[in-house]
Formats: sequence, structure tokens, C-alpha cells
Amino acid sequence: MDRAVLGWAVAGGIAYALLPWYALEDGIFGFGWLSGYPTDRIGAPALVQALLHGRLALLPVAVFLLAPLAVRGFRGAGASPALLLTVGAGGTAWIAVQGFAVGGQPGIGVGGLVVFAALLMLFCVGMAAKGAFNGDRFLSGGIGAVVALVVVFVFFPVSRVLVGAVEDSSGAFAPSEFWAKLSAREVWGLDCLGSSAGCGVAWNTLILGVLVGASTTALGLAFALIVTRTGFRAKKALRLLTVLPIITPPFVIGLAVILLFGRAGAFTTFMERAFGVVPSRWIYGLPGVWLAQVLAFTPIAFLVLIGVVEGISPSMEEAAQTLRADRWRTFTTVSLPLMRPGLANAFLLGFIESLADFGNPLVLGGNYHVLSISIFFAVVGAQHDRGRAAVLSIVLLVFTLGAFYAQRRWLGRRSYATVTGKGDAGLHPPLPASMQRLVYATALPWAVFTAVIYVMILFGGFVETWGRDHSFSLRHYVAAFAVDVTDFGLRWKGAAWNSLWTTIEIAAISAPLTAAIGLLTAYLLVRQRFRGKEAFEFGTMLSFAIPGTVIGISYILAFNTPPIELTGTGIILVICFVFRNMPVSVRAGIAAMSQIDRSLDEASLTLGARSPTTIRRVILPLLRPAIVAALVFSFVRAMTAISAVIFLVSANYDMATSYIVGRVENGDYGLAIAYCSVLIGFMVLVVLLIQFVVGRRRLGRRAPTRVSLEGIPA
Amino acid sequence: MSLETHSASVEFRRVTKAYGPVVAVREVSFTVAAGTLVTLLGPSGCGKTTTLRLIAGLEMTTSGQILIGGSDVTRVPATDRDVSMVFQSYALFPHMTVLENVCYGLSVGGEPRDRAVAAAREGLALLGLVGFDDRLPSELSGGQQQRVAVARALVLEPRVLLFDEPLSNLDAKLRRRVRQEIRDLQQKLRLSVVYVTHDQEEALAVSDQIIVMDNAVIAQQGTPTELYLEPASRFVADFIGDANLVKGTLKRTDERLAALRLGGVEFALPHRGATDGEVNVAIRPEAVRLRPADGTDAPLVGTILKAAYLGSHMEYTVGSVIGELFVVDSGGVAAPFTVGARVSIAFTSHGVTVVD
Repeated sequence: MDRAVLGWAVAGGIAYALLPWYALEDGIFGFGWLSGYPTDRIGAPALVQALLHGRLALLPVAVFLLAPLAVRGFRGAGASPALLLTVGAGGTAWIAVQGFAVGGQPGIGVGGLVVFAALLMLFCVGMAAKGAFNGDRFLSGGIGAVVALVVVFVFFPVSRVLVGAVEDSSGAFAPSEFWAKLSAREVWGLDCLGSSAGCGVAWNTLILGVLVGASTTALGLAFALIVTRTGFRAKKALRLLTVLPIITPPFVIGLAVILLFGRAGAFTTFMERAFGVVPSRWIYGLPGVWLAQVLAFTPIAFLVLIGVVEGISPSMEEAAQTLRADRWRTFTTVSLPLMRPGLANAFLLGFIESLADFGNPLVLGGNYHVLSISIFFAVVGAQHDRGRAAVLSIVLLVFTLGAFYAQRRWLGRRSYATVTGKGDAGLHPPLPASMQRLVYATALPWAVFTAVIYVMILFGGFVETWGRDHSFSLRHYVAAFAVDVTDFGLRWKGAAWNSLWTTIEIAAISAPLTAAIGLLTAYLLVRQRFRGKEAFEFGTMLSFAIPGTVIGISYILAFNTPPIELTGTGIILVICFVFRNMPVSVRAGIAAMSQIDRSLDEASLTLGARSPTTIRRVILPLLRPAIVAALVFSFVRAMTAISAVIFLVSANYDMATSYIVGRVENGDYGLAIAYCSVLIGFMVLVVLLIQFVVGRRRLGRRAPTRVSLEGIPA
Repeated sequence: MSLETHSASVEFRRVTKAYGPVVAVREVSFTVAAGTLVTLLGPSGCGKTTTLRLIAGLEMTTSGQILIGGSDVTRVPATDRDVSMVFQSYALFPHMTVLENVCYGLSVGGEPRDRAVAAAREGLALLGLVGFDDRLPSELSGGQQQRVAVARALVLEPRVLLFDEPLSNLDAKLRRRVRQEIRDLQQKLRLSVVYVTHDQEEALAVSDQIIVMDNAVIAQQGTPTELYLEPASRFVADFIGDANLVKGTLKRTDERLAALRLGGVEFALPHRGATDGEVNVAIRPEAVRLRPADGTDAPLVGTILKAAYLGSHMEYTVGSVIGELFVVDSGGVAAPFTVGARVSIAFTSHGVTVVD
């Protein structure tokens, strides 16, 4: 007990007395702050700030840090749990409150961070000493850390959006503006019903979402039926479809649709030459966005529905057949009704994906505005109205959370999954002939279409000028990825290198962090019982349900000003990825950890190993496949994300996706598509490499862990 | 034998464990003397495993105190309790070899590698597992895995060794052998052992003391003989061994004894605090003596309703005025009664008890 208290208190004390309390322009490793250290105002530690620079609000922090040490000195017995709880809660609260309340302070820096962490850990040690979490300090600390991170980087920004919605442009409280913005005509207007004018963005978003949800569900079902219920030969090729959304940046499809159907698109040109159809901009708007989103999200519906269709116990269908139902009746009265919850689930996922999508509406939306785009332009556009962005974010948030709620509550109780532990040796009956024809007629052309789209993406970059001059050219690749060999080594001359390196760097930093936090959270959720666990789980999964656009705007609102000032840095990108992608690694971890018997950790504990040792020597070795899966997902998703990122990039930290979108907006399709192919190729390599490594890891009798992609909003 | 033992006692003082509104263990107090084997016996869901996990520190008490070796460990986490446990599933680490498994506790405790290996080899030898060092647990039979689990717990020289239904994954013959091995080992090393099982035969065979639990509380604690011959309640009588539960009429004759009427039969037995009038009586199946009912003077007669031949003995179901009786008869296998035969019924003095 005492070593932990002493260690944290001393660490906090050292940080308080020696490390720069506030954030530094060029970072702690810039070392510019050393010149005036320790008296200079910029790099001074808290102690000096308080004594020399009149920042008296920092003085009480010292009291909180010293209290456990002082008590220890006087009584020799060590600090009591109650004292640790008081000190920890009081100290962290004080740092937070003074950070917001005392104006004129820069953002918090390394010193403040370490002191805050030390006080938090003192609190957790106190909790453990009180007997919480089975008296395990590591668990207590882990839970404390995850809770603090989720509060600061999920709850705080989201609540900042809610507050931002009721503020006017100067930051004053103005509820009337909230109502004005919320009920505005451009949000809820219904002009499209009677006239040629557009409807409000809220309606546009809902209409698009419903259309996309219905289409992806129908197509996904067709694919799932072909794979599971017919003798179709190229099933493996169809299964390949499920990998596509992992490696495709969301707007790439939109880009390919433009190359096909845009004014200079291949299809448009063909129609003009052959039939004299005048090229138009019809693709920009609802048809284009719908087409791109259906192409992009059908694989997700497919993935969900394969599970559902396979999950129906064949014995049910065989029972129906022995009761003299023919194939058609069996399908319509037994199979289809059993799939209903799965269909609803697929629909809701498609709906949510459509709402959260940012890239496709951006490149294809034209005058058809949806919420995610309107939010973006409310912030970056000429309006520069953050209040409006916040209001629209709330509308979008309500839509998505509502859909998620429906999915979890309504569907959670209606699962007809009929997979049981018993061996079910029956065979699924083949589809009725008419149904089979329908399914082939729907799915196969679409599969061909998807293949064409991907071919466009791969070859579009090798064409001189799309639509006009289709001769082979490496022009775009040279422009983006040229490398000069000079006397001083390689020179990365291409325009894309800068953003590509940044992307890889940020993805490489955030992936292990995401995996670590995600798996730690999964461990706490699966292995530990504690009060408030459900709220804890909700908090960690919340960022999963929030559209990236909303996360982006919330980070801008929350982290643009002290006490936490992060905009314009690479750190904010890393943090954004970590908390956006954490739910995926939490899920992967939960799935894998549920397969490892709890008695293994308990055996390790009773054999004298502490939790960290148990995790390192027993759990992590058994979790290796999940770790790799979490790493891949975090890495790949960090490379393909756009919606939140586009708010957070800066001149120093431009990401590949936002760079590509920038090129698209300038009409530079060639370079954009070339860059996309490179990204996709790079990610295929990463995925293959990882699969190669994991594929060799089989542990005794244990089945390899499969991680599902279920419902990952863009 | 250089494995030393530091056996310690375990004491529960009014320990309660609740999960929200559900109480798994309610106000339980007992003492396990150092160097003895005590069994926690009961049906599933009675709280016996929770009690074991409370001793191990895998669960924390809601209220009450736990003492090991006289010192309070109520808030001490599992890691620091110096208690080892053998799990029902054995919980062998699947990614480690047998030797690595047995070394694990020693090496995380900071023992140098060579000494840990030496101690582990010794422990494995004690359990008769020589030459299996480099096998993975998945390459061992169930009985061998079980012994590795015991060796792994034993080499730490724990103050208390816990067993959570250790034999439930073994087949019947092996179960009998392994339970005797565990008992021999416990006697040889004078270990303090707490042993959870739902198998009453297993409990009777290995225990110094048995604690019968029912519905989160202790139903009865005592030696195997006490529990079998003097069950405190219908539950204990029924749970340990077989028992016929019938009604009889009691009349106290002195401080200790009473006269009990069962049908037409009357005999003396301890009243155990029961008041005069109708009482519950537990009759062990082997305490019933059957004889052909040739005369008419038999005080209690019955009819054989079912008869089963089990080789070493006969099992009968006998209908009588006091109810249907389940009877085990090991004397008359050569000339068994047939179904429908009329028999006279008598009772031996051991095996008939007044219960709550």
C-alpha cells in the first residue's frame, strides 16, 4: 500500500516543482523552454508559477500532494483510505475547476498532466484500500484511468457541443437563438413536396438514410442468400466483397462514381457518342450520393446478413418441409420471418452509416445538403457559425443515437438466432427457383458494377486526363510520389509524400494506443464486476455511435481553448483516432476474452501473481489474435477516416484523406484517384502481412478468434 | 521430503456475501483447524463455491471477518493471501508447458529460475508426474492435468490449499483413486485443505469435518459419522446418503431418550430436543430389516412394490402404513423377495433419527 502512495505522491511532487506546468509552443521536446528555466514565465513549473508569477490558484495543489506524505511522516502508519480519497478527488477537481475558472492561463502541459495523473492514482489507491475492485490497485487504477480519459475526450467534447448550441457567436447564453436555429426552414423545410426547391437538411438526411438502408439491406440479403443457399460457383469471390469496406476510404467510391457518371465520365461520354445524350450534372445530388453509399455499405449489410441467414437452424426449415410445405412456402413462412430481426439490424446499420458518411456527400452532394455536410460548412464555410454547427450536430446525434437505441433495445430482445450448442446436422433447403432467379438478377449485376468501380479506381490514375485524353500516363503518380535520388540521399519530391508520411505516422502511433486502451477496457468489462459497470460500458461505446462529423466539431469546440488546447497539433489527431476506434478494439477484446476461461486469471492470482503480471504472462499471450486484429483495425481506420479528421487537420499535420478531398474539390481527379489506389494497395499489404503473421498462431485446441465488423460508422 | 508446510487455520466470523439483492453467503461462521481437511458440501447454488472463493480472496466479503492463521485477511487481495487453489477446470495455462505451469507461481514470486525448476520437479515427482515436463496441458489426460494443477498449487507451500470440485471432470473409477491420493497427500504433509464438492460420497470418504451448506447458510457441521448417523435436519438426512423421511409419534422418557412409535413398532432413541407428539423421522435404507411375514403378530408389515438386483445387494421399495420405504438389503441377495411378497418390517437402532 505505502509504496504506491509514496510513489505517486513523490511523482506528483516532482512534476509540481520541476516540470513546466503549461503547454509549450514547440512541445516539451523542443527544449526551447530550457533557456529561461525555471524562472521564465513560459516554461516554469507550478511552484514557480505560483510564487513568482502570481498564479496563486496553483498553490492548493501542493497541499493535496503533500497531505499523504505529511500524514505518513507524523503517524508513520501511512495515509488512510479516506484521506487518499479526499486528496485525490479534491486535487483533481481543483485542477479542473481552476483551469476553467481562472482566465489568462495557457493550456495545461506536461507538469499539470503528471500532477493530475498522480492525484487520480492516489484516489484509485484509496478506492482499492476501501475494498473496491477486490482490493486490487491495478484494476482500480485502470478503471480510474479509462474513466478519466473517456470523460475528458468523449463526454467533455460532446457536452461542449450541447452547450455550444445554446450560445450565440460571442459565447453568451442565448436559448432563443437555439430555437431559431433548430426550427429554421433550411433544417425542417418541406418545400420539396410542392415546388422544385430543396427540402430541409434534416429531411434530406432522413430520406437518404432510409433509401440507403433499404437498398443495402435488399442487396445484402441477395448476396447472403446466394452464398448460403445456392450452388453458385464463385462464392469465394463474393466473400471478398466483405473485405472491401475495411480497406476503402469512404469517399473513394464517390470519386469512382464521378469518373463513371460525371460530366466527363466514361459512361456519360459513351452515351453521348452513341446516343447523343447531352451530358448533365444529374449525378450530383441524391442519385449520386445514394449510388455511392449503396456501393460502399452493401458489403456491411452482406456481412451482417450472412451471419443471420446461416444462423437459422436448418432443422426449422426441415421441420417445415416434413410438414408438407413446399420450398416457396418454407421460405416465405419460416426462413424469411426468422430473418426479420437480422434484416431490421442491417437496415439500421445502413441508415446509421449513411447518416455518418461525410466523404461521399462532400464530393457528390451538389445542392443536396445533408447534415454532416452542413455541419462542416457551418464551421469552415463563409458562415462560420459554430452555434449552427452545434445545433445541426445535435439533430444528427439524436437521429443516430435514436437508431442505435432502436437497434439495441428493440432488436436485442427479438433475436431469433437459432444456433444452439447442439450439433445441428441438417441442410439448408435450396431457394425456390423464382426466388433464386430474382436474387441472381439483383446481386450479380451489382457485383459486376462493384468490380467495375474498383477497376476504375485502380486504373483511373494511369490516364492522362479523365474523359478527354485516355492515353496511358504516369503523370499523376509522378506528381504525387516522385522521388529524386540526390547526392544527399533520397528526396521525397512528390506532393503526396508529406501527407502520406503524416498519415502513416499518426496511424502508427494511434494504433497501439487504441489497442492497449481498448483491450484494457475489454479486460475490465469481461473480467471484473464492479458498481457502475454498465455506465462504464456505455461511456466507452458512446463514441462508436457518434458520427465523425459531430466528433470533429466537438473536438474543435472543446480543445481550441485552454485548459486543454490541442487544435493544430498532431496529438489531437491521435487522440481523436484512439477514441473513435477504441470501441472496435474493445469489441475484439471482449470477443476474444470471453473465450478464455476466467479461472485462468484466478489461478494466476492465487499463485501469487498480481494483475499486471497476470495480464502480461497469461492473458496477453492468449489474446494475441485479438491484439493483432485491434492493431490492424485501428491502423487501417486511422488511414481511411475523413469525417472527424477534416476538422482537425492543420498545415503541419495534413492527412492523406483530407489531402485527397482537397484535390477532388480542385477537380484534380487524376492525382486523387492515384493516391487512393496507393492507399488501398498499402492497406491490402498491411492486412495481408498481419494475416500472414496471425495465421500461424494457433493455440492448442482453441479456435482462432474471428472479429466481426458489425456496424462501424464512417 | 523437503516440501515444507505452513498450514494455518481458517476462520469465518459472520461472513456475508451479497451480489446486490442476491445473498450468496449469509452470516456464515466456522473454523477450519490447521492440518485438517474440511469439505464444503451442498447442492449447486448453496454458496459453497462462493465461500471457497472468499477464502481465496477472489471475492470480497460484504460484511464479516475472515482470518487465516489468526490474522485478519478480510481486505487482503488474493495475491497476498498465501492460499493456493485447484480449480474445477484445472485452469492450466494452455500456452505453457507442464514445467512452466508448475514454475509459474514460484517465478512470479521472485524465485531464481533454477530453484523454481528444482522445486517444480520435486512437486511433480511427488504427484507421480516424471517425464512430462515439456508437454502442453492439451497433451495430457484428464487425471494427469488434475495432478499438474495440484502440483502447481502445492509447490508454493501455501498456508491453505483449496479444491473446487477437483474430481468432477474425471470418470468414476479415476475419481475414487484420485480422491484417496488427495487425502493421502493431505495427511502426509499435514495440509490445511478446504474442499468443495456436491458429491456426498466423496465428502464422507476424504473429510475430517464436513460443512453442509444449504441456501447460503450452514445446515450442519460435523464429522462424517456425525452427519450420517445424526443428521440435524431433513435436508441433511436426505442430502447425505439416502433417507426415508416418515412421521412418527414421540414420547420423552427421560432427559435424553424418548419412545418412538412407527406404525406398530415402538423403540427407544435420543429425542434430540424434539417435543412430544408427531415428529419427523429419518430412516437409513440399510437400517430397515425385512423378514418374510409368516405369522400374524408382526407389528409392522408391508408389501414389496419394486425389487432391483444390484449384485452386491438388493434394493426394494416397500409399501407400508408409514409410507413407502426405500430399503437396501445386503444379506438376502441369494434368496431375494419377489414383487408382491408380504414382509414384516423392523429397524436397527443405528440409522433411525429424529430430525427437524
